[in-house]
Amino acid sequence: MREKQIDKLKDYKYGFTTDIENIRAPKGLNKEVIEFISKAKKEPKWMLDWRMKAFERLKNLKEPNWQKPKYPKIDYQDIYYYSAPKSASEKPKNIDELDPKLLETYKKLGIPLQEQQRLNGIAVDAVFDSVSVATTFKDKLNEVGVIFCSISEAIQKHPELVKKYLGSVIPLTDHYFATLNSAVFTDGSFVYIPPGVKCPMELSTYFRINASQTGQFERTLIIADKGSYVSYLEGCTAPMRDENQLHAANVELVALDNAEIKYSTVQNWYPGDENGKGGIYNFVTKRGLCKGTNSKISWTQVETGSAITWKYPSCVLQGDNSIGEFYSIAITNNYQKADTGTKMIHLGKNTKSKIISKGISAGFSDMTYRGLVDISSKAKHSTNYTQCDSLLMGNKCGAHTVPYIKNKNPESNIAHEATTSKISEEQLHYCQQRGLNPEEAVGLIVNGFCKEVLQQLPMEFAVEAQKLVGISLEGSVG
Amino acid sequence: MLKIKNLKADIDSKSILNNFNLEIKSGEVHAIMGPNGSGKSTLSNILSGKKGYDVSGEILFENKNLFELETEERAHKGIFLAFQYPLEIPGVNTNIFLKTSLNAIRKARGEKELDAIEFLKLVKIKAKELKFDEEKLNRQLNVGFSGGEKKKNEILQMSILNPKLSILDETDSGLDIDALKIVADGVNSLRKKDNSFLIITHYQRLLDYIKPDYVHVLMNGKIIKSGGPELALELEKKGYENFN
Repeated sequence: MREKQIDKLKDYKYGFTTDIENIRAPKGLNKEVIEFISKAKKEPKWMLDWRMKAFERLKNLKEPNWQKPKYPKIDYQDIYYYSAPKSASEKPKNIDELDPKLLETYKKLGIPLQEQQRLNGIAVDAVFDSVSVATTFKDKLNEVGVIFCSISEAIQKHPELVKKYLGSVIPLTDHYFATLNSAVFTDGSFVYIPPGVKCPMELSTYFRINASQTGQFERTLIIADKGSYVSYLEGCTAPMRDENQLHAANVELVALDNAEIKYSTVQNWYPGDENGKGGIYNFVTKRGLCKGTNSKISWTQVETGSAITWKYPSCVLQGDNSIGEFYSIAITNNYQKADTGTKMIHLGKNTKSKIISKGISAGFSDMTYRGLVDISSKAKHSTNYTQCDSLLMGNKCGAHTVPYIKNKNPESNIAHEATTSKISEEQLHYCQQRGLNPEEAVGLIVNGFCKEVLQQLPMEFAVEAQKLVGISLEGSVG
Repeated sequence: MLKIKNLKADIDSKSILNNFNLEIKSGEVHAIMGPNGSGKSTLSNILSGKKGYDVSGEILFENKNLFELETEERAHKGIFLAFQYPLEIPGVNTNIFLKTSLNAIRKARGEKELDAIEFLKLVKIKAKELKFDEEKLNRQLNVGFSGGEKKKNEILQMSILNPKLSILDETDSGLDIDALKIVADGVNSLRKKDNSFLIITHYQRLLDYIKPDYVHVLMNGKIIKSGGPELALELEKKGYENFN
């Protein structure tokens, strides 16, 4: 029978580069570079001191090495820690004054920033390499008291909030990459929702790495005050390059009494080519603190990009009756690797957590789900439900499930379910007999497999994510 | 419509079909009967394009060489297989599967794809005709369906896709009398001068409801006798063992 030639090269449509003049800090990691970053961002002294404290601490820390995907040693002196478009050195007040090249870039990425073209009902903070270049709908959000701006702006304009909460969930001393981020973080988003306010639109940050040999050190802080609600989404892309680039982010969420934060990620960093050359190292620390009673934090992630994804968006359930949720789809193809999952730390009484993880591996890739459920002795009547499903395509990829369960409380309850399955030849044949080509068939089957998680995404992004799930697996059948 | 000449099929060097010949013209209904292991399912697999067989000989569908067409291209051209064991696809809504399938075929033929409203209208009519519980169409494809429901679902898909050549691979097995009648009604309502059927079965029973134009007896990979509907009755009386 004639074998159809399936193009093995997957089309990464965000792989373009924007040719733009940059201001860069000198290469390398040292005090001068940290001072450069702090100065470029016009930071107050307390912020610089905080960075220096982290830098001192970093000297005594070692990179962790317990993860499954190993990578060549990173030369931290060979990275640019700050790179910003020259035209964005003074962030324009009006988006229409933004460098046309930047406007064009975001338009190409499907995130138009100009007023007349903006996405309906979604406010966007656009982060390009080390700086936030634009934030839309700020005025509209201001009317209800919602603060949505870059973290750099928040440090200048809302120091009391930043001082109070920055590092309160991920301490400066947490671990190597978190501490590195604390020393050199460049930009990211800041959100504050005042008491009783339901944020009237989706908030979203779009991260773009453009410059070569540059690391991106995102810092995001979201605070939902008493009785408030916010839904936030982040998206990420980068050009196709032969080198590996580091994205080491820290994201902190704080939910006070009766507040709810829904945080969704569609991560589509450049994954490297079909031979595993290039791609982003996505080493990220994301943690949410359910500080108040009846608070709720829900993480939803669709991880399709990056050469290596290494992250565990976690919830610390401190307030009584608080709820933590983690919904994840992770897809690896070709030579991609992922070690991802979550931590649910139950401290308060009657706390509940739920973990739904869907891992799909294809090609020569390798996927690990790693998760911790920790119920402390004081967290009486707490419950956790975990479901981990893995789907394998072909026989050269790997899937691993590593659940850690600690229950110090006899009155609490933990349930764990895990399955591993393969897309069968028979299923594919059935779909093809009904007129679907192999890629459409895989897309349909995989979307069915991921359905429970896709349903959690804000509607505007669910369709995009569904398409992305199909595209990520292109070339994996044939 | 379908011409099979001197078809030979092996799997893992084991001969399954040998010197198999069959011609089906537009509007005809053919039944193939044979004992277990005679090569019935292999025939439907090969016609649908399933991989894993070494084949030689020739199969022409509307004068096109089937061996040059992928499975989905055969479906686009109007070949439909009602599976002996319909597959479960968890998480995929039955209606969405049906709509995706219908639109993939329409698109390949250069026809306008149906939107959700047009599709639901069509599916409602067809489900009613086949007494198929509409509520089940909102469930995951074949997941938790009984054997009979799965088979009826195949016939529903057939009636929505309206293929030129429908192959029913032991669709009658595992059906109670009521379900059997419904399946037969479904087939009979699609019987038109342009549509042909190949019905693969163990038993004569289904042929009480679907009157075939021709009956063929398949044994050891080849057709040993062909005739009219009376052949099925003869076979039922004698049994396969004494027939040869």
